[in-house]
Amino acid sequence: MKLQSRSPETPRTEERAAAAALELASVSYNYGQRKALDDVSFAIEPSRFTVLLGLNGAGKTTLFSLVSHLFSPRTGRIRVFGQDIDRNSGQALRRLGIVFQARTLDLDLTVRQNLLYHAALHGIGTRVARQRIDELLHSIDLSDRIEEKVRGLSGGQVRRVEIIRALLHRPSLLLLDEATVGLDIKSRATILKDIRALVERDGISVLWATHLIDEIGQADQVLVLDKGKLVADGPVATILSNTGTETINQAFSKLTGITDMNVRGGRP
Amino acid sequence: MTDATDVAGLPREKWTGFTTSQYIVCLKGILVREWLRYLSQKERFVSSLVRPLLWLFIFAAGFRQVLGVSIIPPYETYVLYEVYITPGLCGMILLFSGMQSSLSMVYDREMGNMRILLVSPFPRWYLLVSKLLAGVGVSLLQVYAFLAIAWFWDVKAPVAGYVMILPALFLAGLMLGALGMLLSSLVKQLENFAGIMNFVIFPMYFASSALYPLWRVQESSPLLYKICLLNPFTYAVELIRFAFYARIEWTSLVVVMAVTLALLGAAILAYNPARGLTVRKQDMGGSQ
Repeated sequence: MKLQSRSPETPRTEERAAAAALELASVSYNYGQRKALDDVSFAIEPSRFTVLLGLNGAGKTTLFSLVSHLFSPRTGRIRVFGQDIDRNSGQALRRLGIVFQARTLDLDLTVRQNLLYHAALHGIGTRVARQRIDELLHSIDLSDRIEEKVRGLSGGQVRRVEIIRALLHRPSLLLLDEATVGLDIKSRATILKDIRALVERDGISVLWATHLIDEIGQADQVLVLDKGKLVADGPVATILSNTGTETINQAFSKLTGITDMNVRGGRP
Repeated sequence: MTDATDVAGLPREKWTGFTTSQYIVCLKGILVREWLRYLSQKERFVSSLVRPLLWLFIFAAGFRQVLGVSIIPPYETYVLYEVYITPGLCGMILLFSGMQSSLSMVYDREMGNMRILLVSPFPRWYLLVSKLLAGVGVSLLQVYAFLAIAWFWDVKAPVAGYVMILPALFLAGLMLGALGMLLSSLVKQLENFAGIMNFVIFPMYFASSALYPLWRVQESSPLLYKICLLNPFTYAVELIRFAFYARIEWTSLVVVMAVTLALLGAAILAYNPARGLTVRKQDMGGSQ
């Protein structure tokens, strides 16, 4: 599968270099008395593959909900390519493609109907949308399933359709929240490879949230979230150097205080 | 289209907002999706018709001799009880449909589909109003199907009434849909919604002029009469009743419009990420 967010001949633009793809400044969020995010600040440079690593409950999904404007932060600012998510939510959201942790396709509609719905929610007319849908589905070898109800697809196929849905409106920043949860090893590897290719080929910025250490792979930048706090931010080499460890498993263990890690499975 | 341009071919940095045609595309997409979901749930259409028809065929027939309806506006002669309760049954369809739409919003929220709507770059108020319009569109179809069957049961109105009733149904549908939308923002889980429906639908329906004229209610219970007067559903039913006979009941029109605006405003506020009630919930965020 070769995902394409835009035509291959399209050159990368310098426009993105003007502002960070995503910037969080002192963002905090509470659920009642419980702090889900505590003074989180970081920036993601354009055209980078960034992994947000954290245990379940570390605050990754809350962070995604804030970036995608489902919630507003109690304090702090979030900017997408320089656009404040609260003040210019339309400007910011149109640059975002989002794959949520939970499956968000309508099971009773066909693949095409789901994708057309998403296109409409971004103001893309049917004619353009159909063309893009055909191209994208072809790129993931799912053209023959286009008129099939989502209910009939496998977990991996559903996830791939969700990813191309997130690319339909040609976003500049793609957010993926635990995109490989529930998938077999082959599907996971394929999706990771394709997302990485999107960054390399099309210059899309990616924020990939996961609790699986082995998905860090060739990440340009790693963010480690622990109990709502950002405890590490940088390339793998920098994190290893700062923690005085040799492997990312050891670094993660040191940063989060988790001593019993299933290293083989890569699960903290 | 290059990376520096958006879907409409405009430079990303010079983007000043969606065009009118893009707003229409968005609305159309939401309407089509609601319609497709409705078509995929054929039992929903059947049950939406069975309920009022049972009332019309059985309840009304049984009570025809018990409940006498005197000549009250808009009726110019004695009418059968079936004729009297038909506008109320239209209201019942809209009420159930409004609640059904909000139920599907709670379901969508739990299933995650609602997030896809809410992360659209269009203004949130516009998305919610579009969603509301989509629900009302479906319910109007149900009402007309019901009226067509009722016509064969000798419940007939002037031809103009079938046209005049459309804006009345639309307005009443908006009001009840907005109520459902507000409720959906307050309900945390799907399971809790059934209780809310029982506490909303039945009191609203029975404490109104849907089944009996208000003068009769006043005779038997002044307190209930006052409750009926405070119930916006009463005004929705009266608006429909008068429109069915090609007349406008101005008080009902004003009340329904005012309540619709208030409920819709509250629902939009409730779905506002900064001030809304949904920010207190964790379920929209899934796991933390």
